[in-house]
Order: sequence, then structure tokens, then C-alpha cells
Amino acid sequence: MFARLHHDAPGPTPSRDIETFLRHYEGQELLRFVAVGSVDDGKSTLIGRLLHDTGSVYRDQIEAVRRASARRGVDAPLDYALFTDGLRAEREQGITIDVAYRYFFTARRKFIVADTPGHVQYTRNMVTGASTANVAVILIDARHGVLEQSRRHAAIASLLRTPHLVVCINKMDLVDFDPDVFGSIRTAFAEFARGLAFHDVTYIPVSALAGDNVIERSPRTPWYEGPTLLEFLETVPVLDHRNHRDFRFPIQTVIRPHLDYRGLAGTVASGAVRVGDEVVVLPSGRRTKVASIDTFDGALEMARTPQSITVRLADEIDASRGEMLVAPDRPPTVARTLDAHLVWMDDAPLEPGRAYLLKHTTATVRAKVTDVHGKTDLFSLGCVATDEVGPNDIVRVRIEAARPIFCDPYATNRATGAFILIDPVNHHTVAAGMVERAFPVDMAREAAPDGRTGATVLVRGPYDAAMDAAERGARHLRNAGLLAVAVVAPGSTSRALETPEGSAVEEIARAVREAGGVALVAIPDADACRVDADLVVDADRDADGRLRLRPGAPRSQDTPVVERVRAALRSATTFDPSRVPE
Amino acid sequence: MPRNMRFTRPDPPVLLQDQWNNGIHGFDEGPCDDPRIHPARLTVAPATVKSKAPYPPAEERATVGTRMDLPVPSERLTHLRLLEAESIHVLREATAEFDRPVMLYSIGKDSAVMAHLARKAFFPGKLPFPLLHVDTTWKFRDMYAFRDRFAREHGIDLIVHRNEDGVRKGVNPFDYGSQVYTTIMKTEALLEALTIHGFDCAFGGARRDEERSRAKERIYSFRDAHHQWDPKNQRPELWNLYNGHVRPGESVRVFPLSNWTELDVWLYIWLEHIPVVPLYFAAERPVVERDGTLIMVDDDRFRLREGETPRLERVRFRTLGCYPLTGAVRSTATTVPQILREMLEGGESERQGRLIDFDTDGSMELKKREGYF
Repeated sequence: MFARLHHDAPGPTPSRDIETFLRHYEGQELLRFVAVGSVDDGKSTLIGRLLHDTGSVYRDQIEAVRRASARRGVDAPLDYALFTDGLRAEREQGITIDVAYRYFFTARRKFIVADTPGHVQYTRNMVTGASTANVAVILIDARHGVLEQSRRHAAIASLLRTPHLVVCINKMDLVDFDPDVFGSIRTAFAEFARGLAFHDVTYIPVSALAGDNVIERSPRTPWYEGPTLLEFLETVPVLDHRNHRDFRFPIQTVIRPHLDYRGLAGTVASGAVRVGDEVVVLPSGRRTKVASIDTFDGALEMARTPQSITVRLADEIDASRGEMLVAPDRPPTVARTLDAHLVWMDDAPLEPGRAYLLKHTTATVRAKVTDVHGKTDLFSLGCVATDEVGPNDIVRVRIEAARPIFCDPYATNRATGAFILIDPVNHHTVAAGMVERAFPVDMAREAAPDGRTGATVLVRGPYDAAMDAAERGARHLRNAGLLAVAVVAPGSTSRALETPEGSAVEEIARAVREAGGVALVAIPDADACRVDADLVVDADRDADGRLRLRPGAPRSQDTPVVERVRAALRSATTFDPSRVPE
Repeated sequence: MPRNMRFTRPDPPVLLQDQWNNGIHGFDEGPCDDPRIHPARLTVAPATVKSKAPYPPAEERATVGTRMDLPVPSERLTHLRLLEAESIHVLREATAEFDRPVMLYSIGKDSAVMAHLARKAFFPGKLPFPLLHVDTTWKFRDMYAFRDRFAREHGIDLIVHRNEDGVRKGVNPFDYGSQVYTTIMKTEALLEALTIHGFDCAFGGARRDEERSRAKERIYSFRDAHHQWDPKNQRPELWNLYNGHVRPGESVRVFPLSNWTELDVWLYIWLEHIPVVPLYFAAERPVVERDGTLIMVDDDRFRLREGETPRLERVRFRTLGCYPLTGAVRSTATTVPQILREMLEGGESERQGRLIDFDTDGSMELKKREGYF
């Protein structure tokens, strides 16, 4: 076992100096990576090859696989995929159904590998494997190029903010190690990956079956000068997706062995804390100080993410599970209203308006999806309108929770930006959620249907008419005593509007609405992306070139402001724009 | 590096955390000819060194969307401390969310580590759940002695459960074969105990590196009202957000050691001075060789076959189960490092000594579907 550790020794080896070896191993860095790709791209074979060639499988396991390979009549003496495909159904069908975790180490690092299924049906298992990874390794069959499933996996890994992406263009042996095949797939993927949020993307030509560029450099790809897969995994800086700046401590449980001890047990989700630090308890907002940080191994002066600790507070404050200790200077947002990305994982489609359970840190609250902003199109990475949200869809939604949660955007803090949705009846985990934006409770209350003063109006129609209508309509509304602005997308395309991150136009519209104003949004091709509009207005010009506005029915629940806007714009329908006073 | 980041053994060497930033990409310089034990790696780098060098040039930069804020190179905690923190998180989370948790205690090394982690998780309190030992009545005598002492010393609420029906019928591994025996005395006994006590969450010490079907199991492994595992329909498990919602009768098996390897477990036992059953260490013991496996004759219930005579050999056990079904290995290892040296040099997996795994291809998965741990 662990041949790779041994073969280049004469130095200390486990046999010669076991304690030195163990201490070295103890101090090793950990890298978690996930292998993704379409069906038959060879992920299991690649992982099997990594395990085998790093000497991480035992002799009896190799023997078992050798026997099984022979029984199944596989051509090669060893079917490397059998090292990882663990379920009967998987071995029978020759596919991977569920994520398998594998462990190996080399002289440089310790690795946890999540080998994930490629079949669309099992995408949820891929999400499981990717949610904790530092690196995503995506396999692309050199014969087939970039498939939809490759795009889906890359988009999900990007959404989950996996820092590094490695694109292994596999089965290079079947295309005679042709650099042009490699180059064209690389170009195609790079074009697509421009819209993704990876820190870096690396392309490697490999043959998992034959071992080219997996561990050792392949003599058959003299034109390739980059690292082998293992070289990359051993040397890439372990980008930590933890936030080390903002202290967040969700309380898991209260430890109370006797009347004189009350400890708040939990994991430091982000940042660090010292004894004596001032902290705020959410949601009560009470301030106190950290009296001590206790562990089984003794009291600590300081603890940082992701340590599991027990905190005692200086004051007798009634804090319990689901509440959170935070740094007073950089608190999270206390929010009931969220805009978030969801990866829908259940077979049953999303039901807007239905109550789900939302689990976020150690708190579980009831929550509804009140609006589906759009769905990510896997080719353009744009946001398209959708009526139904089904399995494996990536969507942007508005969520209203019954109680406030204490969260940060996922992009700045994974631990407090991530949540799951649970079906309250059958208890399935139906979606993975990532907070994009949280609306502070007070502001959200103002924007809530009851007392809301703001609104978003989407103006449709030929673009020049729509732009004109938005600007003139805004003036008209201002004259009617409403705070109104026109938000017009510049240029002739609305590329920015189609990004999964939301557009400048949308951001402005939302900010205006939250501030209690009316935003009239004009964008080209308004049907392509649904701004969460309270009202849609159709604009065109009559035969004389005069502008006509036709407000539709309010989209959101009837609120005074929307009715007022609607009435004002209807009265503007026949107005002569030239007569509106400036 | 702060004291609390490290274990308390003297002079532990530390991997240079900032090796990339310090420009040390390989270990080919220096006097030591072993690339793994370069002296540079044995010194402690200040944990507070700020990243000066930029990351290596990215091949492709994201152009749309916010990148992850504040990337920080490398984990500050050693991988073992990360595993420890993760396990404590899981133990606390499940204990907080379930009504009646219990910890399965098999007396083996993994159970010892799991129970140790539980003591850490709820320190200075006591364990907020009982330990359950499913007793097949065929464990090694040393295991029973160790179990009772462990429970007594730590004031642990220990439930011992036997399948009394099986005991009355005299079910044993000799007459019934390992499969039937295991089903009756282990699987059925476990399900019976879980049902009688109404446990809705059972902690188990299984690790994913043990066996292929285990590698597929979630940390929270859902069981229906019949305690069945459906490997094709497992709940997705995102980040560290576990879904502990069950209906009455359903339950969840929780595996806090999922991400530990055998090497990690032993290393932790060594660093934390966790007591384990002496059978793990080599000593002269009476054994017979049967079908290529060394079986210890632990008491006079053992049925010797014709021509078999127990002889004393220096052996130890890599895993512990029912003594007639557990193979010993010849060994001279009497300390944890010696065990690890043998393990790293040898080529056999730990379950190799387990006779029940070899019944049929995928036999562990079948057992697990039925409710076996």
C-alpha cells in the first residue's frame, strides 16, 4: 500500500521512522475535490486510476476488482471504475448513481474526493458532492465535446462558489492525442466559462483508462506543457471558502450540566472570537462579552472557524439554539425577505406560495417562494422566464420567511449564505439555496404588500417606444405626486440583464422600489427576462407617431400604490407628450 | 501557531502552511534526500503570515458575477482537527434535533473514538444520550471487560441488548453460518432495541473508507419505518446543513466519523491517548488456522474441527467483532505507531479479516439495506 510514498525513498519511511512519518501526516493540508461530468465521461475510471496509482488501494481490493473485471469480461485487466462504483445497481448498470467519497494521500497532501454521478436524474447527488469542494474536476469526452450536462455541472459548481475548476479532456487516446481536438474543446469551454465565477480554470488532456497525464506526464502529448492532474491537485493553493473576517456563531445547543454553568455550544461558522470580545446576540440584539471559550482540552483564548467550541457569556442572557452570536461591527442582515439562487432537487416541482421549511445555520423556519425571477439557461447562462421549476433547474427566486434569519450573501460568506429547503410533508430535501441578497427586516416591512409605497413597472413594446414611454411616464407620475424614475437599459442589447447575477437595471429598479419609489423599466426584448414587476405596461405609437400606454392588470397583490400608478398611467394613455410640463 | 490549533504531543512538526506564498513549491532543495521529510517542513510557520504573492496566473478569469470574497490560502487547522470539529458539529446537531438519540457502541476502536468525540462535544456536561451495545454473546471476553470498565469509569448510561429469542434457540455462528447468525443476533437484535426504546437517531462509528457501499452513505442516513436503507434514494446532503426531519417510526443513522480513514482513527487514538481493547495489540493468543484465517479460541464454546489444536501465536486484530468470525493477523506490534507501520507496509484492507463481508458480491450493501449497521 501507498506505493507512491515508498518507491522513491531511501529517506525515512513508515517502517524506518514511523513517528516522524505520522507527525508529517498529521500536519498535512486537506484538499477536497469533486469529480463531475456527463455519463460515460470516465469519472469513476479516473478516480480509480488516481487511487490505484497513488498506492491507495489495498492488495485484497485490487484482487477483488481483478476477479470482478474478469467475470464481467472487461477488456482491460483492471476495470478501474470498480474501485469506486459501490452499489449493486451501479455495477449492474455500469453507471454511478450516488456520490462516493474516497480518501487518499500523497507526500504532499491529503485528499477527499467526491465521485459524483453524471446522469441528469442524479444531479442532486452531484450537488451534494460539490457543496464542500475546493476544486471541481470536470471530465469531457474528447469525442463528444462540451455537452449540456457538462455545462450544468460547471454552472452548479460556479454557483456553489467552488474556487478552482479543472477541465480534464478525457479519452484523448481515442482521438489520437490530437492537439486540435483538445484546443477546440478548450476554446468552446472557455467561451462558456467566461460567464462563470471560478477563480481559475485549468485544462488538461488525459486518458483515465491509459493513465496519460493523470499522475505522470504523458509522452503522447508532447504539445501539452501544463501540469498533470495530480500535480495540479498537489500544488494548487487551497483556497478556503470560509470567511475569516466576520464572526458568526450559530448556537447549536446549550450545555447546562448544573445551575452554575451555561455554555453555548456551536461551530464558529466564520471569523474568530477572543475572550473579552463584545458580541451581539441575534435576534434580541443584546450586547455582552465573551467570558470564556471552553473545550474538553482546556479553555481557549481565541477560536476561529471552523472550530467547535462552547462559549460562556458575561451576562445572563437567554440565548438558545437557532440564535446567533455575531461581531457588533459587522453584523449579518436580519432578513425575512431574500433573493436567492435555488438548485431544485426534488422530483416534484416547486410550488410558489407553498410553505417549505428553510434550514439555515442551526435555525429552521417556514418560508415561501413568492416569486420566480427566472431560470438559468445553460447555454447563454442568461436568465429566462419560466413557469415551472423542476428537477435540476437553477432558478432565481424571492423568498419570504416566517421568521427572520441572520444571513450574508453566499458570495461573501458560505456558512451564513447557504440554506436548504425541506418539504414539510415528506421531508425531502428539495432545494439547495444560496442567498444572493437579503432585505433587512425593517426595509422589507416597508416594501411588504400592506404598507408598501414603491413599485416596479415594466414597459414593453418596440424599444424606442418603450424607452420614450418610461421616461415620459415617469415625468407624468412625478407630476401626479409620486416619486418616479425611468430605468432604461443602455445600448441595443440587454446582455447585462441576462446574467444569473442580476443586472444593473434590475438592481436599480429594486433599490428604487425599496426606497418607496416607482421605477419604470424599459429594456429591449422585455419578454426575455422577467423583472419582478408589479405592473406591466404595453407601449406603442399610433399612426401619427403618438405614444400610447396600456397598463395591464397588477401582477402583485393589489396595493394602493400600484393602483395609483395604474390609474395615472391610464389617464396618460391619450395624453399628448408634448403637453406634459417639464 | 496558537496552542489550541495543535495536539498536545511534544514537538509536533507542522507543514508549512504558507509554502506557496513563500515560494516553496517543491521539496527538492536541502540536505534531506527524502522529499517527504524535508527539514523545512518540520518548522513552524507563523500562522499569521499574510499572503503577499498573488495567486498563480489564472488561465481564465471570471468576467461576470462576484468571485468569492477574501480567498484565504490553506486550512489553518490540521486535517485531523478539521475532522474532529466536523464530527463534534454532527454530534451536537443530531442531538439537538432528535427526540431520542442513542449511540451504538461496538467496543471497537471506532466506537472508542466516537465516544471520545461525544465527550468533547458535550463537555463539561455528561453525554446527553445512552450508549447501546448489541450483544451477540459471542464477543471476545476482553471486549466485555473493556466495555464494563469504560461505562463505569465515565459514568455512562449503557444499554446492553441481546436477541433473547436467538439466545434461547442457541443461535451461534457454527451451526447457523455467518449470514443467518449475523441477521438474527446482530441485525434483528439492533432493530429490536431501536424499536423497544423508540430511538429516532442512532450514531454509528462507520467510516466511508471501510467498504464500497459505505462510501456512498450520507452522514445522516435515512431509514424508513422498517429500518430499510434505500441507496438509490438518499437525501441530498449540502454543506453542513443536515436534514433531520423524520416521521414517527422513521429514523436516521448518523455517522460522525464518515470522513475519517483508518489511519486517521489510529493517529487520533495515539495523539489523544484514547484507551482501546488490548486485542488490537499483539500478544500470544490461542488460535487455529481455518480456511486460511487465524481464529482465536477465546472460550470453550469454540467448536474445534477434527485435527485442529489451538496453538499460541503472536497475533493481533485489526477489527473486532464476534470472535469466531474475526480473523487475527500475525504481528509483533505492541504500540499504535507499530500497528500503523504494519498497516502502511501491509497490503490488506481492514475488512479483510471480517468473514461476513465475503459471503456474496455486495453482501455489505444487502445487509445494510436490511438494517445492519
